[in-house]
Amino acid sequence: MAQITLIEAVTQALAYEMAHDESVMVLGEDVGLNGGVFRATQGLQEKFGELRVLDTPLDETTIAGVTVGLAVQGMKPVAEAQFEGFIYPMMEQIACHAARMRNRTRGRLTVPAVFRAPWGGGIRAPEHHSEANEHLFTNIPGLRVVMPSSPARAYGLLLAAIRDPDPVMFFEPKRIYRQYKEEVPDDGEALPLDVCFVLRDGTDVTLVTWGAQVKEALEAADELAAQGISAEVIDVATLTPLDFDTIAESVQKTGRCVIVHEAPKTAGFGAEIAARLAEECMYDLLAPVERVTGFDTHIPLFRLEMKYMPSVERVVDAAKRTLAAS
Amino acid sequence: MTIAAKFEIEYLQYLDAEGKQVRDDLPEFAKDLGHMVELYKLMLSTRVFDAKSIALQRTGKLGTYASCLGHEAAHVGIGSAMRPEDVYAPSYREYGAQLYRGVQPREVYMYWGGDERGNDYQKEPARHDFAWSVPIATQCLHAAGSALAFKIRGEKRVAVCTIGDGGSSKGDFYGAINIAGAQNLPLVAVIVNNQWAISVPRKIQSGAPTLAQKGIAAGLFSIQVDGNDIIAVRKAMEDALERARSGKGGSVIEAVTYRLGDHTTADDARRYRGEQEVKDGWEKEPMKRLRNWLVAKGVWDDAKEEAWKAECDEWMDNEVNAYLETKTQPVSAMFDYIFAEVPADLAKQRDYVLSLETKGH
Repeated sequence: MAQITLIEAVTQALAYEMAHDESVMVLGEDVGLNGGVFRATQGLQEKFGELRVLDTPLDETTIAGVTVGLAVQGMKPVAEAQFEGFIYPMMEQIACHAARMRNRTRGRLTVPAVFRAPWGGGIRAPEHHSEANEHLFTNIPGLRVVMPSSPARAYGLLLAAIRDPDPVMFFEPKRIYRQYKEEVPDDGEALPLDVCFVLRDGTDVTLVTWGAQVKEALEAADELAAQGISAEVIDVATLTPLDFDTIAESVQKTGRCVIVHEAPKTAGFGAEIAARLAEECMYDLLAPVERVTGFDTHIPLFRLEMKYMPSVERVVDAAKRTLAAS
Repeated sequence: MTIAAKFEIEYLQYLDAEGKQVRDDLPEFAKDLGHMVELYKLMLSTRVFDAKSIALQRTGKLGTYASCLGHEAAHVGIGSAMRPEDVYAPSYREYGAQLYRGVQPREVYMYWGGDERGNDYQKEPARHDFAWSVPIATQCLHAAGSALAFKIRGEKRVAVCTIGDGGSSKGDFYGAINIAGAQNLPLVAVIVNNQWAISVPRKIQSGAPTLAQKGIAAGLFSIQVDGNDIIAVRKAMEDALERARSGKGGSVIEAVTYRLGDHTTADDARRYRGEQEVKDGWEKEPMKRLRNWLVAKGVWDDAKEEAWKAECDEWMDNEVNAYLETKTQPVSAMFDYIFAEVPADLAKQRDYVLSLETKGH
């Protein structure tokens, strides 16, 4: 069985679903012959034609609004924003229509669409190509906000996103697009949405994260283990609707929690998890909840960008602070 | 001098403000006087409906309402030209078109009366149309996406959207006509130019001499019509729909009309426009000319007018009663349509609200 990268898993999921459901289509800038700037749609136009793999005019608003129209007519469009930093013109169509159509019409019209975007920093890209802004979408009712952190989860979660009857934001951590390969059977098996994945069991501290930072969290867990500290690692994967129960169960066991995310700290999605822990798990906590995040700055251009990112060292330090506190 | 390209915008009018026929080549539908009477009756019922809506709002029985006074020819012209299988994406005041397609007055009242069920149109073909789109011009892209779906599936259907003169300033409108041109989509975009975007007049909305010519930029067939002349609107619509249906691409129609009322019931147009302008607007309004024409043809008279108005009054009274008798949705309805199924995390919030209800909060 072939070993594939995260980006190849995205392509594999798109190809599988397009082959099995003719209402599934892809649209965006450069997704056709060029296969997308990251090659997520490589080879799809040759297989499925120019209409089902549609190069749109260079206008994100058009991509998003046309996606709403397609989905209402029974297509299952997978729209690509070329970079997360270019998603802002799409937000009106996503927030005002994709996310609301079902509610507005009492279920008469629905938008079973996926909005994909390469997300986050760490690839030495120009300005606007490194944004982490998932929290801008987690506050919009009617959206699922999903972020895979491995090739297998990219495949399974993207299939689930396409099959979901409601709009899904699918943010792909581009820093780990080609970081490693793993076996991903092309069996059409979707993973559940609305579920957090416990990637590593532990007893002393819970590291809660998503997307590219899963890598740092797992490395931090290794480092902590070497120091005799047992860390549980949770990949939130679907931020909204949130499976808080999995996080709560873990923190009830460990009594300590470090939330790691790349987006700015203030009002980032980590704030929501921390607030929930305060509301529901206060008496299980042995130490204050820690957040290791990007800063409340714009992500710097690439000479400094890794200083902005949550590092393994910052995660390890935070975890050790929670242990020192109790 | 070498000319790279050259364009012109036709202006289409059959009936002048007094109802005098200004050209002899009447389209086929207009030769059927029985049908023209039906169109007039729907225009009149739209006007009765609109007056009833404003009365409801003024007496506290409706929230903010956007009137369609003066737009009857444009809206009925659009709705009556479409086939049932076509799809309509309106903005928020095109009742004449929507009533033609099966939207019930009670549904309009429910929407403006604070109940989402007003968007759940019960009758076809409205049932597969889009609901009102408040963010300006955003619906144009839904129509373009619909048109793309029809093209992909090889369906001979057309997507129609309407925007105002203000809406034609927005990128969503341009994006829609642009992709329609680029992909040869069956899209008809109608700019109902009523001269006012709340308080901003047409002349500072755009420097273009016509709004129709914006369609030229996208490579679409584009025409300006007298939007108070239903024959002109309907004819331009029929031609545009036929072109779209037969794979010849999309169109932009600018229907020039006048907003005789306020923007909405929350607006007071006296703050920004003069009385004379509104008087001039009434001189050109769409009902009078069609009535004069039908009377001259011997197929309409005062007695018929009064009889139909009375029927409309009764119809609207029934609709108003049905609306006023509608019970408010249960509070759980707030949660029931956010996703296909209520997620566990959201269900907790719903259950909390329901617990408040049982406590009588």
